[in-house]
Amino acid sequence: MIILEDVHYAYDGVYPALRGVSLQIDDGESVAIMGTNGAGKTTLIKHLNGLLRPDRGRVFIDGVDTSTMSVAELSRIVGLVWQNPDHQLFLESVEKEVIFGLKNLGFSDEEARERCDVTLRDLGIEHLAQRSPFTLSGGERKRVTLACVLATEPRVLALDEPTIGQDALQKARLGAMLQAMNASGRTVIVVTHDVEFAVENFNRTIAMADGRIVADGPTRSVLSNDRVIEQCSLSPPQMTLTARALNRLFPDVPTRLAFVEEVESQIVRLLGGGE
Amino acid sequence: MALIEWHDFSFKYLGTESLALNKINLSIEAGEYVVITGPSGCGKTTLCRTINALVPQFHRGYIAGDVIVDSKNTREHSVAEMATTVGLVFQNPANQLVTLNVMRELAFGPENLGVPPDEIRERVEELISLFGLEDLRDKHPHEMSGGEQQRVALAATLALRPKILVADEPTSNLDPQSAEQILRFVADLNRQGMTVVLVEHRLDLVARDATRIVLMNEGSVVADGPPREVLTMDICRKIGVGVPKAVELYLRLAKRGIRLREVPLTSDEVARLVQEVVSAV
Repeated sequence: MIILEDVHYAYDGVYPALRGVSLQIDDGESVAIMGTNGAGKTTLIKHLNGLLRPDRGRVFIDGVDTSTMSVAELSRIVGLVWQNPDHQLFLESVEKEVIFGLKNLGFSDEEARERCDVTLRDLGIEHLAQRSPFTLSGGERKRVTLACVLATEPRVLALDEPTIGQDALQKARLGAMLQAMNASGRTVIVVTHDVEFAVENFNRTIAMADGRIVADGPTRSVLSNDRVIEQCSLSPPQMTLTARALNRLFPDVPTRLAFVEEVESQIVRLLGGGE
Repeated sequence: MALIEWHDFSFKYLGTESLALNKINLSIEAGEYVVITGPSGCGKTTLCRTINALVPQFHRGYIAGDVIVDSKNTREHSVAEMATTVGLVFQNPANQLVTLNVMRELAFGPENLGVPPDEIRERVEELISLFGLEDLRDKHPHEMSGGEQQRVALAATLALRPKILVADEPTSNLDPQSAEQILRFVADLNRQGMTVVLVEHRLDLVARDATRIVLMNEGSVVADGPPREVLTMDICRKIGVGVPKAVELYLRLAKRGIRLREVPLTSDEVARLVQEVVSAV
């Protein structure tokens, strides 16, 4: 369980990024963190593995105040995938990148090799194993950083904008993989601007603006709340907007729809068909 | 002659084994808004780099065929020479920001082109207000968030007043409203005559503004046409292109025998087209 208690943080002590954030994330939850650029989303997740320490307030992981724990200790619990893959990659092959992290966490050569193979296969990048990360496309590099962290099987997985540069297939595969990890009891936390990705894969959404939490609840309700949308520079999923547009013409169409299938069945109903 | 032309163009990066671009034949006319899309690693970014001559002048490798931009063969012109014609916004904004604050970043390009100081000042102020960069004016690019960097990189590119704007996923780091704002702005520039070539995975954001979608796969162009045509092609599903949900809805309805008069790209279009069908019953 993760608890943040009134966390404040300012870069260089002068640029405030978090202005009093309190939240609780239970084991096995799946949470999207969304909101305005510069709202403090990245700053927030960097507090989870101790890369940043609060100026004021406290962070607890499993009841332990993280100020007493090192980044190395925290990394065994919380795996963090950074937004910019270039800040995370430095070795000459994809395989070496993945194995490096595993060996650092104390895995044997054999075990590290096996986990590496499995993870690359799961992410559909086994054919890139011998390639230098620097010859890969942006989307591919992003998946390599993901592999490095997934291979360590952390109990809490925190990802910063994992969908950037990913095509629809990769995105669907990533979503399925995160759901599977979540179903196996891991906590999955993702920072994302992608409303469709959030609504399809995460039950809970925390919306932020200006260093504070503006809303925290079921993804569907957060993403259909106009006040929150406005304040956090979000936009509703296209099918929620479609449901609203239909509702203006046909008042009995509910406005809180989020998926194509839901809108489809409303249209079928409007045309007198039923299932 | 078109503004940008690829003639049987192929390219392979030094040290790699497969072609990044494989016999590209494509032409883009002045004033078009072309969205380039396709699976990750399909050659979109490389294609962008051929327009301002980064390929082959900076990125070396095997090359065949020609790219002619504004009547200049990119084999014979440096990236600097192409800079007044083509402005390229990189996928990763941090790789293109070079100075210590936003003011200097925006002035850097025009200064290098020898634009008079008064005009530079004017352009910089205009872009700062257009992109809402007032608060970032003195901030170091590396202290900015990813989304802020992306806005600055685009503004700095536009400060050169290029004929052609090439943008490689220019909104990938932006929150939905900022992304929409930037894309509205790009669409405005296009309406005012700027040729736009934009790489994007999230087609729901750009389909309504684009005049054309070019679909790439494994280094080749596999589909090319107006958005409503390309997005309903089977190949989109086959190679994993994310069509807008409105198009998905259209296709699902069609399968049930419910035909909307045209392919909708936005929520309002869906509502309008559904109303037509309902009132016809």
